Amino acid sequence: MRYVDEYRNRDIVQRLVQAIRVQTTRPWTIMEICGGQTHAIVKHGLDALLPAELTLVHGPGCPVCVTPLAMIDKAVAIASLPDVIFTSFGDMLRVPGSERDLLSVKAAGGNIRIVYSPLDAVALARQNPDKQVVFFAVGFETTAPANAMAVLQAERESLKNFFVLSAHVLVPPAIEAILSSPANRVQGFLAAGHVCSVMGYEEYLPLAERFHTPIVVTGFEPVDILQGIQMVVQQLEHGSSKVENAYARVVRREGNPAARKTIAQVFEVIDRQWRGIGTIPGSGYALQPAYKRFDADEHFAVQHIATHEPEICIAGSVLQGLRKPHECAAFGSQCTPEHPLGAPMVSSEGACAAYFRYSRIRHG
Amino acid sequence: MADEKPDIAGYSCPLPIAQYKQVLLAHGGGGKLTHELIEKLFLPEFHNAELAQMHDGAMLTVGQERLAFSTDGYVVHPLFFPGGNIGDLAVNGTVNDLAMCGARPLYLSCALIIEEGLEMDDLWRVVHSMQLAARASGVTLVTGDTKVVDRGKGDGLFVTTSGIGVIPPGIDIHPRHARPGDRILLNGPIAQHGIAIMSVREGLQFGTTLRSDTAALNGLVDAMLAAAPGIHVLRDPTRGGVASTLNEIAGQAGVGMVIHEAQIPVDEEVRGACELLGFDPLYVANEGKVLAIVPGEDAERVLAAMKAHPLGIRAAIIGEVTAEPAGVVTLMSSIGSSRIVDMLSGEQLPRIC
Repeated sequence: MRYVDEYRNRDIVQRLVQAIRVQTTRPWTIMEICGGQTHAIVKHGLDALLPAELTLVHGPGCPVCVTPLAMIDKAVAIASLPDVIFTSFGDMLRVPGSERDLLSVKAAGGNIRIVYSPLDAVALARQNPDKQVVFFAVGFETTAPANAMAVLQAERESLKNFFVLSAHVLVPPAIEAILSSPANRVQGFLAAGHVCSVMGYEEYLPLAERFHTPIVVTGFEPVDILQGIQMVVQQLEHGSSKVENAYARVVRREGNPAARKTIAQVFEVIDRQWRGIGTIPGSGYALQPAYKRFDADEHFAVQHIATHEPEICIAGSVLQGLRKPHECAAFGSQCTPEHPLGAPMVSSEGACAAYFRYSRIRHG
Repeated sequence: MADEKPDIAGYSCPLPIAQYKQVLLAHGGGGKLTHELIEKLFLPEFHNAELAQMHDGAMLTVGQERLAFSTDGYVVHPLFFPGGNIGDLAVNGTVNDLAMCGARPLYLSCALIIEEGLEMDDLWRVVHSMQLAARASGVTLVTGDTKVVDRGKGDGLFVTTSGIGVIPPGIDIHPRHARPGDRILLNGPIAQHGIAIMSVREGLQFGTTLRSDTAALNGLVDAMLAAAPGIHVLRDPTRGGVASTLNEIAGQAGVGMVIHEAQIPVDEEVRGACELLGFDPLYVANEGKVLAIVPGEDAERVLAAMKAHPLGIRAAIIGEVTAEPAGVVTLMSSIGSSRIVDMLSGEQLPRIC
């Protein structure tokens, strides 16, 4: 398959692994931000191909994992209401809330639909004028343009029954929070290629400079990831801290101006709580005042419900790269994809699920 | 008498109901939750030696004959999809379950649960294709039942088929027979059925029409058993795909398995659709595929027999059975690394970012 096979080419992979081995003279710790990259690394066994000096730690770039418990409880409450059609991408349905997950609401009779695009939710609103259709807008900057477009489309059609529950999160403030933490051990970053395809990478320049940390925009296939690692290691070995682009076939410096404009029109930047991490200033999107009538949070005014996190779960430390999934006492025993305690064991992008699914013998 | 019925009010459900107070869709997905349901709820209730074999069908001895007996319900949506419909799917599925026991399928029963308002023409098309499928696979539909439920209480049409076949002397197929050193064979490209259904259900348009692979496998299995009667295991990788089926066999036989990504046939269009949807073809359902676990010395002979049959032209040896690690399926990836291939967990879900 074109555009895929060449980036999973065994010879190129081996060449890159060899280049990284030759280059590496000291121990380095590198974080891949995006959960998609975490899964690719573990699925393709890339971590096992790297020299022992390199440690890959997994970042908070799984939007499902960092969506706060209170937000999931709110989604569960809204989805349980009569006359609501609650729409979401599939992963969110299995994330445990304090009491139950969305799949259980569905089994109990809640009208919950998995959609592949927020525009499908707009179509549902159009087709069901007597229902209130809510779309759970979860994701990083990558999914924000489509979600913004859905709001604009609903406005164009004068739909009164379409609402967005926004749980959007932003990458650069998360990187800043990780680097500012006294416990930080990350020395270089692989930035998330798809986020940068929308936003570009100019906002990473001041971060790299201020924290003397190399940041390389990286793709998702084995060759992409190894190339990103190789460029980070090269910078670390030479003591430089630049922003580089290893995903030039997709990412431009300025990103996608049309998409950025749409985001800016519909969303404003707000402080956002991250599950397991806490509140990060300026790290989320909420609807602009002009679009508040589409805001599910305001429309349904669900009162805050007392949340309850399992005490044993170390999701917060995992998401900050402080600990690895298999270092958790519950990993693979009390906590499995069928009976998850924390979101990273649920999501297709969660680090715990990746470790469990692809490498629990190695790490078990 | 009614008052002699045991009082079950004091019993508790053996599933961890703290987590699952109600049945979820994933309980019928063919993955881990389905297995939990079978092992913790059904098996303890119905426990008997035949059921405990845990095969695609039950193998029964009646007089001198060994019979295979199987049943399967069909709830596919939509009723008509590229490459087939619920009717031929229901016939082929039960024929295949019997064939996977090494049996020659003979007789089928069929129960139709019809929703009030179903177009008569649609019903006829389904029934007609059942007849065509039965004729093609050499089975006879000898008994049936019809029920109609109120509009809104069914989804068009549900079909249940059961079947009986005879296991020829000398054939002894069972998942527990997989041995270290055996080879794993597959008759052709995977994931076609699941992707064909997904593409119509979700209205996805691709350059070509992706067709279901629904087919009766008894003719192919006959040819394989003629080439090597000592085949250890036959399984059709339906829901949960090749990954879940191999995990089941590895678990039942207490063996490990190694499969090679580069050897597993997947059509370009299907791979493309899987990439787009975030699916791994190893977990996508098939309806015309057979996994055979064959003693090493028989592997090439069985492969040749498969390739000589229309349903096995693209057959391949995709891996081998190992002693360790028991119960674990490992994939050697095309880039030269390895990873665990687990059983399907939950329903397959699309990527979100």
